[in-house]
Amino acid sequence: MERPLKMDKMPKWADVVLIPVISLILAAILSALVIVAIGEDPVEAVNLMVTGALGSTYGWGYTLYYATNFMFTGLAVAVAFHARMFNIGGEGQAMLGGLGVAMVCLYVPWPHWSLALLAACAGAMIFGAAWAAVPAYLQAKRGSHIVITTIMFNFIAAAVLNYMLVNVMRPQGSMDPASARFPEAVHLPTLHELLAPIGISFSKAAPANVTLLVAILACFVVWALIWRTRLGYEIRAYGHSETGALYAGISPVKITMIAMLISGALAGLMATNNVMGEAERLVLNSTEGAGFIGIAVALMGRSHPFGVFLAAILFGFLYQGGAELALWTSIPRELIVVIQALVILFTGALDNMVRMPLEKMFLAMRKGKA
Amino acid sequence: MTLMKSLMGAAASLALTAGAALAEPALIFDLGGKFDKSFNEAAHNGASRWAEETGGKYREIELQSEAQREQALRRFAEAGSNPVITMGFAMADPLSAVAADYPDTKFVAVDVTWLDAPNVRQIGFAEHEGSYLVGMMAAMASKSGTVGFIGGMDIPLIRHFGCGYAQGAKAVNPDVNIVANMTGTTPSAWNDPVKGSELTKAQIAQGADVIYAAAGGTGVGVLQTAADEGILSIGVDSNQNHLHPGKVLTSMLKRVDVAVYDAMKAGADVETGVFTMGLAEEGVGVAMDDNNASLVSDDMKGAVETARQDIIDGKTTVVSYYENDSCPAVSF
Repeated sequence: MERPLKMDKMPKWADVVLIPVISLILAAILSALVIVAIGEDPVEAVNLMVTGALGSTYGWGYTLYYATNFMFTGLAVAVAFHARMFNIGGEGQAMLGGLGVAMVCLYVPWPHWSLALLAACAGAMIFGAAWAAVPAYLQAKRGSHIVITTIMFNFIAAAVLNYMLVNVMRPQGSMDPASARFPEAVHLPTLHELLAPIGISFSKAAPANVTLLVAILACFVVWALIWRTRLGYEIRAYGHSETGALYAGISPVKITMIAMLISGALAGLMATNNVMGEAERLVLNSTEGAGFIGIAVALMGRSHPFGVFLAAILFGFLYQGGAELALWTSIPRELIVVIQALVILFTGALDNMVRMPLEKMFLAMRKGKA
Repeated sequence: MTLMKSLMGAAASLALTAGAALAEPALIFDLGGKFDKSFNEAAHNGASRWAEETGGKYREIELQSEAQREQALRRFAEAGSNPVITMGFAMADPLSAVAADYPDTKFVAVDVTWLDAPNVRQIGFAEHEGSYLVGMMAAMASKSGTVGFIGGMDIPLIRHFGCGYAQGAKAVNPDVNIVANMTGTTPSAWNDPVKGSELTKAQIAQGADVIYAAAGGTGVGVLQTAADEGILSIGVDSNQNHLHPGKVLTSMLKRVDVAVYDAMKAGADVETGVFTMGLAEEGVGVAMDDNNASLVSDDMKGAVETARQDIIDGKTTVVSYYENDSCPAVSF
């Protein structure tokens, strides 16, 4: 997870901009080949994806809705990355966050959505962080690998949610394993409602809502935390070298716990968007893999909040564009997943494939100059 | 007169086909996907049959996320698809929000019966009645006095299946022992034949010699293992008797394909309202064919036929799990 410092080999702009762009182009070329292979027109497909996801406020509304989810989970993974921990449990933490949000919204009569949102954020963060706390404790005190424990906790979270929805929170006689609808008072304003007073008309049907602003705020807070506070410095120091951090008097137990709690809280926060903002009730698969997409988003965004922000929008585009493809073409949905996976593969896993030749190229250029 | 008649008939059929060409039906599959070997696939089969017979075309989408439910409904309605057919109870909530915005579009909701919307055809299936009949057959075929039930994901709908089954088994043999297991708590439980196989072995170890699988793709593993281990199994949704001829006692039919086919055939003129497809409407039933003829005794046939008639006539009531979220015959 740790990225060695290679600034001396390449200028920073190449690291931050050039590599992701080249990776994306490679992924796009390969996707186009796949689309050609099944006998569809790749130009038409790209056209559909772009107009469907970015061509209207309706498309933007969905793109930004998905992006909001991915910002939260991407940030969650990024914070853990900085402490050199791989939190694959974003999915489970977000599920539990949803449970927290649902309890806050259902069992407390709120006078206004703004108060409800604050409380829901708190509920989501507490539940998400609590779900991350056990794996964090096991890692810090017992050395149980965080990858294994967090992924196991995803399954336990699914079972907990299933139990709660089937046996406890489901309204009597309902077939649907889902909680009751949240009251009208906790309805979060959508971008349409937010932008209408200032004269911008935005699609009414799209689910993007005020939590987008919360997500952007979270990006700033994480940036400030990691690069502008003592705690952030300790987290990064621990991530770079555990022994060095120990020598500097930084407690590994404390950093592991704190980084994972923050990570879990961020993943939990996602529920304010999908549970409170969109569905307005808790359903079984409310997270639908956003916790895992967060890993790709964090990798692609180089664990930097601004990178996470951009990567989240890219993935939002892929999701909404993919939905449009599924609606209007006969490209099967498995293939749409393949296209999304290619982007993840190139930007995340095959990073070095692009990086190494580029580094060689820049080194050669520098030698040539010298 | 006859010429006039045939001319008018031709004109009418032209107008009809023109209307059909204008409004293509649309089909929205639930998250399980088109080829889930069960519920969604039955809808796909019904739609394909309609397309083959009429040469018509339809739009379709396999949902990938919860947020797409409302999106797909709106996009198809706006594109002029009529009727828009949805699969699964999870579409009820988005439908209640969307249907009123498109009063000229007809929606068909399979597995939904509780909406208050004038332009929605809501189709429910009396799964507990069909399951009751296969439960009776299970108890009659069992020599050990223990019958098994393997559900997919632990949701109320599957408990509804299991509850009817248990009541049917108890009706035949009040002392019957019913072993009930669910495959899991995540959607992957619908497609986990390996776990289905494990559960089957576990239930055999507990003495079960007839096992009913209401578990989508997981059921394939149940039926396979039951056949390998020499016990009987019961299929679900579509007729699965042919999978292991002579080893599958019967299948509980849920004619989703018929519901979808009928809706597409009726097109934009589809009748709206709430429709329950039970035993009387042949929306549910037991599968009898050459593959299981040797397994079904005349006694069994007679008992099932009597019970079927009694349920239709209201002499026997099968308690629905939904009535008070619990089952009188078995606990999950």
